[in-house]
Amino acid sequence: MSTRLSKGGRLIDRAKRLNFTFNGKPMQGYEGDTLASALLGAGQVMVGRSFKYHRPRGIIASGVEEPNALVGLGRNARFEPDQRTTTTELFEGAETRSQNHWPSLEYDIGEINDSFYKFLPAGFYYKTFMAPQAAWKHLFEPIIRKSAGLGAVPKEADPDRYEQAYAHCDVLVVGGGVAGLAAALREGRAGKRVWLIEQSAHWGGRTPVDGGQIDGFEACDWIKATLQELETMENVTLRTRLMAAGQHDHGYVIGLESVGDTRPGADIPRHRLWRIRAGRTITATGAIERPLAFAGNDVPGVMLASAVRDYVVNWAVSPGDRTVIVTNNDDAYRTALALLDAGLSVPAIVDAREATHGALPQEVKARGVRVLEGRGVARVLGRKQVKGVEICAQAGEGGAIETIECDCVAMSGGWSPVVHLWSHCGGKLIWDAAQAMFRPDPARPPLGADGTAMVQVVGAANGDLSLAAAMGSAGLGACSSDEAPMMPVWQMPAGAPPALRFKSFLDFQNDVKVSDVQLAAREGYESVEHTKRYTTLGMATDQGKLSNINGLAVLSDALGQPIPATGTTTFRPPYTPISLGAIAGEAKGALFQPLRRTPVQSWHEAQNAHWEPVGQWRRPYCYPQTGESHREAVNREITNTRANVGLLDASTLGKIVVKGPDAGRFLDMLYTNMMSTLPVGKCRYGLMCNENGFLMDDGVVARLSEDSWLCHTTSGGADHIHGWMEDWLQCEWWDWKVYTANLTEQFAQIAVVGPKARQLLEKLGGMDVSKETLPFMQWLEGSLGGFDARICRISFSGELSYEIAVPASQGLALWKKLVTEGKDLGVMPYGTEALHVMRAEKGFIMIGDETDGTVIPQDLGLNWAISKKKTDYLGKRAQQRPHMTDPNRWKLVGLETLDGSVIPDGSHAPADGYNANGQRNTQGRVTSTYYSPTIGKGIAMGLVLNGPDRMGEVIEFTGEGEAMIKARITDPVFFDKDGEKQNV
Amino acid sequence: MKRYSMFAVAREAMRYHAGWERAWRSPEPKKRYKVIVVGAGGHGLATAYYLGKVHGITDVAVIEKGWLGGGNTGRNTTIIRSNYLQDPSAAIYEKARSLYEGLSQDLNYNVMFSPRGLLMLGQTEHEVRGYQRTVHANRLQGIATEWIGPERVKELVPILNIDGPRYPVLGALYQARGGTARHDAVAWGYARACSNMGMDIIQQCEVTGISQNAGKVTGITTSKGEIGCENLAIVVAGHSSVMAEMGGFRLPIESVALQAWVSEPIKPCMDVVVMANTVHGYMSQSDKGEMVIGGGTDGFNNYTQRGSWHHVEETTRALVETFPIISRLKMLRQWGGIVDMTGDRSPILSKTPVEGIFVNCGWGTGGFKAIPGSGFAMAELIARGHSPLAAEFNLDRFKEGRFIDESVAAGVAH
Amino acid sequence: MLTLTCPCCGVTAEETEFAPGGEAHPKRFGPDSSDADFEGYLFARANPKGVHFERWRHAYGCGKWFLAARCTATLEVFGTYPAQTTAPPADVIKKIKTKRPEWEGYK
Repeated sequence: MSTRLSKGGRLIDRAKRLNFTFNGKPMQGYEGDTLASALLGAGQVMVGRSFKYHRPRGIIASGVEEPNALVGLGRNARFEPDQRTTTTELFEGAETRSQNHWPSLEYDIGEINDSFYKFLPAGFYYKTFMAPQAAWKHLFEPIIRKSAGLGAVPKEADPDRYEQAYAHCDVLVVGGGVAGLAAALREGRAGKRVWLIEQSAHWGGRTPVDGGQIDGFEACDWIKATLQELETMENVTLRTRLMAAGQHDHGYVIGLESVGDTRPGADIPRHRLWRIRAGRTITATGAIERPLAFAGNDVPGVMLASAVRDYVVNWAVSPGDRTVIVTNNDDAYRTALALLDAGLSVPAIVDAREATHGALPQEVKARGVRVLEGRGVARVLGRKQVKGVEICAQAGEGGAIETIECDCVAMSGGWSPVVHLWSHCGGKLIWDAAQAMFRPDPARPPLGADGTAMVQVVGAANGDLSLAAAMGSAGLGACSSDEAPMMPVWQMPAGAPPALRFKSFLDFQNDVKVSDVQLAAREGYESVEHTKRYTTLGMATDQGKLSNINGLAVLSDALGQPIPATGTTTFRPPYTPISLGAIAGEAKGALFQPLRRTPVQSWHEAQNAHWEPVGQWRRPYCYPQTGESHREAVNREITNTRANVGLLDASTLGKIVVKGPDAGRFLDMLYTNMMSTLPVGKCRYGLMCNENGFLMDDGVVARLSEDSWLCHTTSGGADHIHGWMEDWLQCEWWDWKVYTANLTEQFAQIAVVGPKARQLLEKLGGMDVSKETLPFMQWLEGSLGGFDARICRISFSGELSYEIAVPASQGLALWKKLVTEGKDLGVMPYGTEALHVMRAEKGFIMIGDETDGTVIPQDLGLNWAISKKKTDYLGKRAQQRPHMTDPNRWKLVGLETLDGSVIPDGSHAPADGYNANGQRNTQGRVTSTYYSPTIGKGIAMGLVLNGPDRMGEVIEFTGEGEAMIKARITDPVFFDKDGEKQNV
Repeated sequence: MKRYSMFAVAREAMRYHAGWERAWRSPEPKKRYKVIVVGAGGHGLATAYYLGKVHGITDVAVIEKGWLGGGNTGRNTTIIRSNYLQDPSAAIYEKARSLYEGLSQDLNYNVMFSPRGLLMLGQTEHEVRGYQRTVHANRLQGIATEWIGPERVKELVPILNIDGPRYPVLGALYQARGGTARHDAVAWGYARACSNMGMDIIQQCEVTGISQNAGKVTGITTSKGEIGCENLAIVVAGHSSVMAEMGGFRLPIESVALQAWVSEPIKPCMDVVVMANTVHGYMSQSDKGEMVIGGGTDGFNNYTQRGSWHHVEETTRALVETFPIISRLKMLRQWGGIVDMTGDRSPILSKTPVEGIFVNCGWGTGGFKAIPGSGFAMAELIARGHSPLAAEFNLDRFKEGRFIDESVAAGVAH
Repeated sequence: MLTLTCPCCGVTAEETEFAPGGEAHPKRFGPDSSDADFEGYLFARANPKGVHFERWRHAYGCGKWFLAARCTATLEVFGTYPAQTTAPPADVIKKIKTKRPEWEGYK
């Protein structure tokens, strides 16, 4: 069993005890512990259950590669599933729970899967669960879903804060081990702006554990001195707990910094997402040790050799009293030395190589440890904890030679460089046969914006595994024990029969075994991507950090081809999982998206307006009074506006000034009708189409002076239309002398609408707004009630209507004044829904309702607004195409239900028969449909086949559910057909 | 061929599964085929499958540059729905959806089609009207969809925040028989079935040229030599323009990157698929327990299968806002695919200026859901020269201005 | 996540500051054009896997449109230049030719 040693532990502070719980059981650790070291220190070897077979699992690793030891951390709103214990720093009060079992970690019903392992090989679900058809959805899938899915589900919204920040540097060095420190030092001394980031809380990587000398100093001293020098450099920034998650194009690196993870509830962000723009990235991300594939290599107590010595040296944790080391290389012997130094027992080292004469094996042998050469592990004994190992000949088929009792197995299959950041943007790898690993190919780096390499790799990440090699590439002398060549071992023993291969795990979390990869190869899933997807190898939360190389080696062997011919799967960001909260950042709740506010917004808010999102604006939909439904409020607003006077905040309306000697000519191209002939002082309604001929925007244009026009656009369209204008002016007619300015937010615009509108303006005084001075479709500037105002007499409701524009800063004051002065006239504000109903009563089209990107002006009976004289305007050529001139296009009409009811939104009119695909033929659809309080019944507009030629005809429309509604085709103008009200 | 079944698995279990045969053969190309399909993705393999199954044409090769199913078939978010607005779209997607219903049984390969239901949230008045229009259209198209209110939405998706401060959920377009399927299995299942009909699936074989004689296709040049054919179907999403250039014609297509990502796995918490187009994001939960997330495309041409990070932020933001409990989940893996975007964002299934060459492309962000219908229609088009399902998706529509615009039903990626 | 340099204001900025606008140097065809020309103008796109000329707008900066030569397979940017031109400038062409001798040239 694992335990805490009485002395040692380079990273822990024994003076600071921390309390935590595991499955409700109180435990203690020290400051500096990870959750994993604390659990092991507290004697907890088994920490979870695997994904598929629910096998007992313990801690394998000491870093980001850990596949097994994931826990649920925290409680209630701060609960987080799938938390990797090996990289989570212990903190006071941490609550942890093991995952994927029921009813408990020790006794898990799901373990039955393991008994049926023979029936559940890779991809068994593709071959089964097919009959009967409905059983998948109703029976099999729910069972599979329930038994899969590792972590528990968070139940509440996350109360924590997440920050996002930018950093810019010449050189980003990723990894604070000795190679990264050396690289940062070199770049820092050269005067570069350097960021050096390290994912853990500590500098030096694994060198302090493994030892050696650098530049004539003990490694630890060199690390200390180097850090001191870096800290004095103003051009160097050092950050720990910051993991480079992804290398993206053009030198963009996403990093995740753990800020408040160990202080839940503190008023600091939990994570900080860094967006780093680096001229160059130097990755010094080290290497990850590979497991060996032997039967039972997943039993709790089987660990990576490097992790075993990490726990002993860094945290003074003994993973077991008696540790058997299984290896194919010299490096693992360092684990034996660390264990012996801590006073622990190493009954044997099982080395697959026939001979071991490197310096490290010699040293270990000299200390009396048995080294079994040419041997392998046939199987591990024990289920919830290692009890021993059966030793066999590596070359054989697994016949047991002897059994050695032990409670820990330290395995090493060699090392794999961490090449993720190199590979994210297409950096290629080469196979290093001597070290049996893929390492970056310097000839094929990822390319940056200028087409040159944007990532460099140093140290173990580059395949320079020994300290001497790693530091040598940095131009520094270093020495550590010489190592003899390793021997690639992909299955132990080499001739393992099926019974052993079915228990030799490659991907621990997803329960993928050697036999699964071999099955995939046998069945033709030969590409490494096929095998990965068929077996789920490397798709667990560690993303194959432990399993990928072993898996593709087994695959290559099964296919009888060299490993480089098999290749690797694609490395994708993030390097380790990062919280969605950090990716989302601060933009949630009220800050989710920018909110555009009109100058009158605060008044609407004070009235408790019911809102409607319109682009990034929020406009009042209606202003319900106490006890009123939205529908009642809308009807009241309409009735009042038609009887008295209403106010609409039209500030969101687009206002673009187009000015210059060629402005008239330009607008003639932009609008379907003629704008150049509009006299100064007058207004004209205009339509804009895109080059496909479809109606895109509409609005009233006012000619302000000889060379300037004010174009009103829809609320949602202002920015787009302004961009559209600029596109044509900059990219097509760049020799035309025209300027545009989007003044939408510079002006408040208030529509004063209704028979008493003129009276209200006259109460404010200062301007003559009489019919004679300011007739319909004209505008006037002046001082209205002390406000500098431009008044357009335009109407979207059919009422006498003035749209008053004042500088944005004056908008609220004008609104309030209109409300006050209008009190005895019955003034009331109205919202967007009343606006919509009133325009529909008048048969005015609305962009987005009558149009949907497939409608041309001709469909809407707007031919009067299309100039016949102009030789060209945007969209004209498109409107000549056969489909656009087809006489059988659906055209706009009014629709009156026979029973007075309201046709539902989106309703369609079926025609006789069915089309070639068995769909009911159609002859029209509703585009706008409302209850009209003015008329007292439902009104609608719609596009109907040959509609204008079918006036008076009754056709059917789809109602709610299966119902149908009869409606008569009418003129779309339902109210005041002659326009008498607006022309007063 | 050995049929897959629970009994077969049990039988094999007794001998450590040593008896399974290859799911598909890996032959060398013959000199000549009646039909060559370029592209062994879902659409290409389904085209071959229905050529054999429906039209009895089995002298077919499917040529693949990389490994089968390795393009967008293996990179999408596996959503299946047919709640489209326009008749031609609704027809082909519903054909596909209905074929998906029985596909596992048809192919004897479990593609795990899971009609668990799909919601498209209405979060603005405008969006609500758009979806209601779809419901009415679907009714006449024979597709079962309905508009449901916010309470029902909350019942179906308890983890959904329907009262967001900015875009409260006003209701949703619900297709109860929409859902997901296992994307890789769709390609593998079709490949196995094609191989069993005697068709040749030739992987690791790159097409470098198209041979023609008097305006008619005669064959292709590949990295494995010349192969002759009577008909050539180009079904290579993401690389359609490149292939078209070999054929000497241009397509109204631009290739852009679309990204997706998954969280770490958690226990089941969401059965239905949810799409939130106003805030630009969609999410479902895979059978493994991962939350599968996607959003919009990049706006610039790109063949790298990598997208721009800011889209990941925007979509994640949208989904954290929509599903507040996911904030503490972690993104496990992010990837990209290259999608063909056409001038009207609808696909092209069409004859081309070269006699004997057919093209199937332009599925944009929504190709996976269409695979069986697309293959069915394409096979019919090749075998009979006409397919009602494909008719409206021809290339001529761009000249005539006869677009199939789905922007009302799907403002963003789907 | 690209970085681009706006040739109008000289600023090098994040992709998020710009808005992409499709293929560069479109030739507009108006009311008198043939069906084929007009269809080509609206829909035919080069869409190469390799060197691509394209339109961008410095939407959240100076507001100006400009053009870029960029590789769609590696995302390398060869250069940016003002929109007021009907073909890529010689220095950009030369730079691409130097880096990509196999490139067929601007069509």
